Amino acid sequence: MRPILLKGHERPLTFLKYNRDGDLLFSCAKDHNPTVWYSHNGDRLGTYRGHNGAVWCCDVSRHTERLITGSADQSANIWDVETGAKLHTFGFESPARAVDFAEGDKLCVISTDPFIGAPSEIHVKRVEKDHSKQSSESLFVIKGPTGRINRAVWGPLNKTIISAGEDCLVRMWDAETGKLIKQSDPDAGHQKVVSSLAKSADGSHFITGSHDKSAKLWDIRTLEVLKTYSTERPVNAAAISPLLDHVVIGGGQDASQVTMSDRRAGKFEAKFFHKIYEEEIGGVKGHFGPINALAFNTDGRSFSSGGEDGYVRIHHFDADYYHIKM
Amino acid sequence: MGNRREFRWGDAADEDEGIEGVLPPMHVKGPDDKGVKIITEWRKREDGAKVKVTTTVRVKKQVKRLNPAVIRRRSVKKFGDAVGQNSSENLTVVSTEEIFLERFRPVGQQGQKQEEKGAELASLGNASLIVCRTCGKKGDHWTSKCPFKELAANRGFGEKPPGDDDMGMSTSAGPGGKASYVPPSMRGGSKGDGESMRKGRDDNSIRVTNLSEDTREQDLQELFRPFGSISRIYVAFDRDTGLSRGFAFINFVSREDAVRAINKLDGYGYDNLILRVEWATPRTDRA
Repeated sequence: MRPILLKGHERPLTFLKYNRDGDLLFSCAKDHNPTVWYSHNGDRLGTYRGHNGAVWCCDVSRHTERLITGSADQSANIWDVETGAKLHTFGFESPARAVDFAEGDKLCVISTDPFIGAPSEIHVKRVEKDHSKQSSESLFVIKGPTGRINRAVWGPLNKTIISAGEDCLVRMWDAETGKLIKQSDPDAGHQKVVSSLAKSADGSHFITGSHDKSAKLWDIRTLEVLKTYSTERPVNAAAISPLLDHVVIGGGQDASQVTMSDRRAGKFEAKFFHKIYEEEIGGVKGHFGPINALAFNTDGRSFSSGGEDGYVRIHHFDADYYHIKM
Repeated sequence: MGNRREFRWGDAADEDEGIEGVLPPMHVKGPDDKGVKIITEWRKREDGAKVKVTTTVRVKKQVKRLNPAVIRRRSVKKFGDAVGQNSSENLTVVSTEEIFLERFRPVGQQGQKQEEKGAELASLGNASLIVCRTCGKKGDHWTSKCPFKELAANRGFGEKPPGDDDMGMSTSAGPGGKASYVPPSMRGGSKGDGESMRKGRDDNSIRVTNLSEDTREQDLQELFRPFGSISRIYVAFDRDTGLSRGFAFINFVSREDAVRAINKLDGYGYDNLILRVEWATPRTDRA
């Protein structure tokens, strides 16, 4: 395959997201402009101007009307996807990290970093269809985990919120009261910072990537570890294929070490694993920095990776990918 | 602009052909209702002969269903920094490099295979390949597994000169007449230059040079395996940079295979480079 290289960002990529139809790809980077691209040819559709800091995460509504972005400028913005207009800004006391729309797009969850003494928080906000009625009030705020909460997503039927972050644990919260329902077994779970979390297409399970050089597959209802995929480098991003029983894991050595060793030593590959057998299928090379973001297109026929090198690479699979035998 | 262009030397080749050299234009027939299209082309061969090339193609229409929302979004006006984006910005590039999903092979696999191969060979009666350097027995065991290992020192075969009981640090008089270290090859009783160690390495060994930097052992395995069983592949890597130094040694089990490999692959284009495959010259004595 010949990947499409997108050089729209001037700083390392942080997050990638396809919309539900799979025709648009949203990219967030440490520069201040989230960008949207056509996923089939890599054409840039537009950028969302208005943030003043690194953008850590984004999510797009089911029918691709609204985009929400969380940024280090202590705000989360809601945008109109097709015009790039900023519709609303949620202000916080600390940088916003993870954002996720609930099923039905009436609620969203936003996590904020610990900052000058303030602990990290998970905010749940109501999202109005008519943005002029949008309020900045949080329905409730969850406090408790120490360290950054790198990802927070909605569980099945919006009944729970799953969060994971620097304290290595995966937690499940009641989405109505904000009470802790469950947290992962510290021995079975990750031993280091959980850097990413991505749900499967049907939302029944999710994958987490961690700096302990592994990625784990979890049951979203029981927080049971189902599978573990081990690699040689810290994992920054992971995604589950919606089409085949594959997961893709990206990472690489720490960005601060990159210039000190050979390019090949970095292992900046997107590694494919068989979801069930936990066996490594292969790797896709190309980035010359660690991979920070990975996303599968919703049809499972292409995936994109975003690296510390500032590039997004869209890979459309060759025909033989669909016939890989283990 | 005048019709008559100034004559340039680069046009000479075209002019040479004159009116007679003009080839009939390409002709396309179809596609008919079955989607079959016949393309007739005329080409000129290097020796000047005209060749008619007829290609039959079936045109197949593939229907791809797209969500109406997707189709509508294709024509959405650009916004943000993408407004007025001209092609010179080149934000989107299709990689010139073909990237593959490189299949993962466990590290231990190859070694295992080789071991199996060894066992196979032994059972096939090709056992003379295995020669114990300690006792000289053929086809029974590897040197490291020799049952006479302990006896070796006392019996005086192997690399040690007879009568020298010290562990390698010989105090007996060497060629220099002083009590100093004498390498095994210089000691009395040894036949030549450490021959026993390198024997086998020089057997049916071929050298491949002008390899590209990316060539790995596995690539060579794939390239040379069709010629016969390979007993060893060595790719030279630079110790500091970890890059390939562009040459490799390959040992074949049988000499005929090696000969065939040399005949076939010398001058073979591999990875944009022309390989040079020849007999590995035995190392000259460096001492």
